[in-house]
Formats: sequence, structure tokens, C-alpha cells
Amino acid sequence: MARTMFDKIWSAHEVADGLIYIDLHLVHEVTSPQAFDGLRLEGREVRRPDKTVATADHNVPTDGTPAARLIADELSRVQVETLERNCEEFGVPIYSIGSEHQGIVHVIGPELGLTQPGLTIVCGDSHTSTHGAFGALAFGIGTSEVEHVLATQCLVQKRPKTMRISYSGELGHGVTAKDMILATIGRLGTGGMAGHAVEYAGPTVAGLTMENRMTICNMTIEGGGRAGMIAPDQTTFEWVEGRPGAPADFEAAVKDWSGLPTDDGAQFDTEVEVDAGSLSPMVTWGTTPGQVVEVTGTVPEPATEPEERALRYMDLEPGRAIQEIQLDRVFIGSCTNSRIGDLREAASIVEGRKVASTLSAMVVPGSAKVKAEAEAEGLDEVFRAAGFDWRSAGCSMCLGMNPDTLSPGERCASTSNRNFEGRQGKGGRTHLVSPKMAAAAAIEGRFVDIRDWA
Amino acid sequence: MDPVEIIEGNVSFLDRADVDTDQIIPKQFLKRVERTGFGEFLFYDWLRDGEIELEPNPILVTGPNFGSGSSREHAPWALQDFGFRAIIAPSFADIFYGNCTKVGLLPVILGDKDCRAIADAGLARIDLDDQTVDSAAGVVRFEIDEEIKHRLFYGLDDIAMTLHNAAAIDSFEAAGGADRGPVTTSL
Repeated sequence: MARTMFDKIWSAHEVADGLIYIDLHLVHEVTSPQAFDGLRLEGREVRRPDKTVATADHNVPTDGTPAARLIADELSRVQVETLERNCEEFGVPIYSIGSEHQGIVHVIGPELGLTQPGLTIVCGDSHTSTHGAFGALAFGIGTSEVEHVLATQCLVQKRPKTMRISYSGELGHGVTAKDMILATIGRLGTGGMAGHAVEYAGPTVAGLTMENRMTICNMTIEGGGRAGMIAPDQTTFEWVEGRPGAPADFEAAVKDWSGLPTDDGAQFDTEVEVDAGSLSPMVTWGTTPGQVVEVTGTVPEPATEPEERALRYMDLEPGRAIQEIQLDRVFIGSCTNSRIGDLREAASIVEGRKVASTLSAMVVPGSAKVKAEAEAEGLDEVFRAAGFDWRSAGCSMCLGMNPDTLSPGERCASTSNRNFEGRQGKGGRTHLVSPKMAAAAAIEGRFVDIRDWA
Repeated sequence: MDPVEIIEGNVSFLDRADVDTDQIIPKQFLKRVERTGFGEFLFYDWLRDGEIELEPNPILVTGPNFGSGSSREHAPWALQDFGFRAIIAPSFADIFYGNCTKVGLLPVILGDKDCRAIADAGLARIDLDDQTVDSAAGVVRFEIDEEIKHRLFYGLDDIAMTLHNAAAIDSFEAAGGADRGPVTTSL
């Protein structure tokens, strides 16, 4: 019988009915301390430290602080030091602050070649869906489940439904993967993918780089989806090959992985088609990622009470042109858009231009390695010369658990994934956009249609 | 976790859709390494800014897509620590729903009309075994996965149950099921 990629991965990992084996468990400092405590309390060990890896990201100051003990914020310091201690006690490999492999957990997994096709991957973080870009089944879990995976290397799971979103047509100039996923969430709603493992397919997706594919899978959770995934192909294999975690017998691995894509005729519970050729650069106007319009559009007339409230919070009135919205801050970074490809895209817009005097802009590479790579290419110089603040790796202003936050009332164009109230700092107002759109907004001080720029 | 059987008492109503976990427990409180004491930070900004009022009753009724966003289990911990034992809503975000069931906070899915009627009634009795919510508005039945219900009803520990199945994991690994993927300890 024809099977979906999801079906193939799921059935290869069923230990028992409703019990799934986990191939890779990524751990960070925020959602793990209580899980390790739970193990200690019950006298349990980590079953497979060799399938587990940790890094510090959420709390990390991006000012170049070189070691956990030097983090100024006491609670943040304790949390990162607790992670380091727990990893040592339980034998879990860790890339903490100061390591050349440190970075946002969803950036370092693929970077180290740990993220591979056909794997089941979990992490106590909702953006774990990112790793599905490699043809893996990857999803976020809570702390009780983190403890469960540490103790058993398995997870109790209900089989989700399946959805395929097929994109066709060529993306227009300046239109990116970020716009594809924002437009999709805008159409389906923030609960539109709920209960589903979502496969992104079609010729437009096949033409995307791995980094672009990660951006799309990353934001699956913003559409309510359990997991996002994309069939592995030559682009995927080329990414993994030669990285530290890549399989020793790479040829055999590629042969296995080539059997993963969804069979012709396989049935999905839900099918959606998107004409990618008709998409525009997108900008969110509200406080959910689904409240989004084309950059040429206007702030919509609120149709519901939540939309009215969102407009009040965002201090926007209906009918205002998106391109007239003035900005105070620009943030380029986060697990959605902080990889070298994202920084190159943003730098290409910034080169030879200056950040508007009315705002401050920052670039935060997703990992220490992305930072080093960008610096080797001179991207840091491009950003610095334009007036951007060039930072060290971490989650930074995506969620404001570290010193990078918005002040009340500040309005920010952000390449991150969530525009929730207060997400980037209490009272802060977030507009989600692509790296190119954020870069152009930094130059003009307001949103601009990137398609107008040559 | 404590078994869930009957949850009875006053109802708090938070009439909002798409309440995300960043609102339920803002990021600055995720730095704690303990599992307890999150109740005082529940809806921190909304409560302190006077955006909402919320009594610590046994039952919370709210809008669709409750618990969207971040996977932080601190959200159900905070709701539970504040006093809630059950949450009734038209729909929940997937990860949040799962997290609730792991800590014994009962998520109940009912239609929007039923949710509002229960909120209006102000007092309700939830019977997990019968899968019913009884209030002045009448008795309505809710659906819940049998396995999840079983674990909640008996307060079963997921890890202990899975370890009971350790032989199955051992044989899965022995048969090569665990051979996929990288060896993180040998990078």
C-alpha cells in the first residue's frame, strides 16, 4: 500500500502500540532542569546519553559572555550552570556557552549533521518542527515528556493525522520561504494544522535551500501543526554529507533515505494547495502569526473582538498602509532565520546602505559557527558598516529571556516566529517578516516592498 | 500525579481566543529550576495591568486554541498551582493539551455554546469516568482518549508504565531499531 513519509518513519519507530522510539533528543536549559530532578528523585539514569545532546541558548547573553559563571543575571546563570551540572552527572554531551558548537538548539542540530532524514527527533521546545526539513519526524515536547525520553528513550504518542501542503509556481523576486509559511498560516489560521503532521511538498519546496526549508518547517507550530516535514532529496544529502554527525557509510545512508519520500497515491487526511507564484512579501499586523497581510496591503478592519484587541495592543488603526508603519527596532535572528543563508540574504540588501537614524537594528547569528562563518565572509563588516549591532549566538530577542528585549511601546520588525503580546519584552510590538524585508525596513525606518529594490 | 475523578466547584471565565503560553506564564518566570511556585506568576501581565480578573477556582472556562505557542510545561504548572484542576475550552493547542494530561490538569473539549453556558452557570461538576460536565445549564458529555483517561483516572506515572514495558524497548534496540542516527557522544 502506498505510504506517506510520515507513515514510514512512524512505523519504523513503533516499539509498542502508542510508544515511539526517539533517535535524537535535543536538550536546553529552560525545559530540562525539572526533568533531570525527576530522574534523581526516582534514582533513574539517562537511558541513551549517546542519543542526547544539550546546548545553552534561551538565556545566553549575546554580548559575547564567554562562560556560564560570568552571566550577569543570576537566575539565567543558575539555569545554565544547572544544565552543565546535570549533563555532567548524567553523561550527556553538552555545548554550553564558550563552546565552538554552542548555538540555538535548532541551528546546531542540522549544523553538526545530527539532524538526518528518517529520524525521530524531540526537544522541549515547540520549534523542534524545524528538523523536519530533513525528512525527519520532529516535534516539541513538555518537560514531563523530556524526563520520559531521558529515562526510556521512548515517547508515549498518539498518531497524528496527516496533511500535505503543496506549493507550485515560482516565487517572485524578493519573496521568500518566510513569506510562504506566513501566507499559509494566514490562510489556514493559527489552529489550521492542529492535530496534524504536515508535509510541505511540490516543486516550489523542492527548489528551496535547506535553510529555507527549515524556516518553513520551523513555523509549523504557529499554524498549530504537530510536526512539519519535507522529503529528503539531493539538496538534503549534500547538506548532511561531511558534517561531524553524518553516517560513516554515507552511500548506504543515502540509499535508505531515498526510500523515505511519500509514495505516489498515498493518502493524506487533508490536502492543501498553494500557488506560490502569486505570493507577496508578508508582514504581520497583529498578535498572532496568522494576523498577516501583504506588504502592499493595509491594516485590516477588525472582524472580531480578538482582532480589535490586537489592534489596540499594536497601536494600529484600520486602513493604515503597512508601508507607512514606522519602526523603532529591527531584529534579524532566531531559530527561524539566523542561519548563514539568512544572514547572506539580509546582507545583500544592507550592503552599501545605512540603517535609518530613527531606529536600532541587530543581527544575532544562530550559532557560534554561523557567526564565525559570517565573519570569515565579511558579513559582519557589511552589517556593522551599515550601523547594525553584530551580536553573539543565542535566542536573543525572539523571546527576551536574556538582556535583549523591547521596551514598552517599541515597534520591531523581526525575523522570528512569534508576535504574541509581550513576547519580545513587555509592551513590545512585533511584526514578523523575512530577513530581506527586515533588512530593508532597517534601512528605510519603515516597511518597504522589497520587490521595488531592483 | 494525583488521580482525577470528580472536579467540582466554581467556574472562572477567561473569554479570550488563542491564549498563548507566553501570556499564561511570561518568559521571565521560566528561569526557575523548580517545578513549583508558578501560580503567583500566572497571567502576570494581564492580571497586573487589570486586563483580566481571575478567581482561583477549580474550573477555568476559556476560548478556542488555548495554550498555543511555546511548549513550556510551566503553563500547566502555573494554572494548577493557581488552583485550577480542569480547563474547559472549544479547542486546545496540541502540546499544551498533552502537557496538561501529564500533570493531572484535566483538559475538557466542548463546543463554544456549552463552554459559555457553563461559564454562565458559574458552578459545575466534572465527572471524568462518565465524561460529563454537569451545571445549571444541563449535563453535557465530552470526548477524551481512552488511554489518556485511564492514566488520569488512576494518576498513573507514564515513565513507570513505559519502564514496565522495558523488555519491548530492549528488544527493539537489540533488533537494530536504535541503529539510526548519530552517536552524540562520539563527535
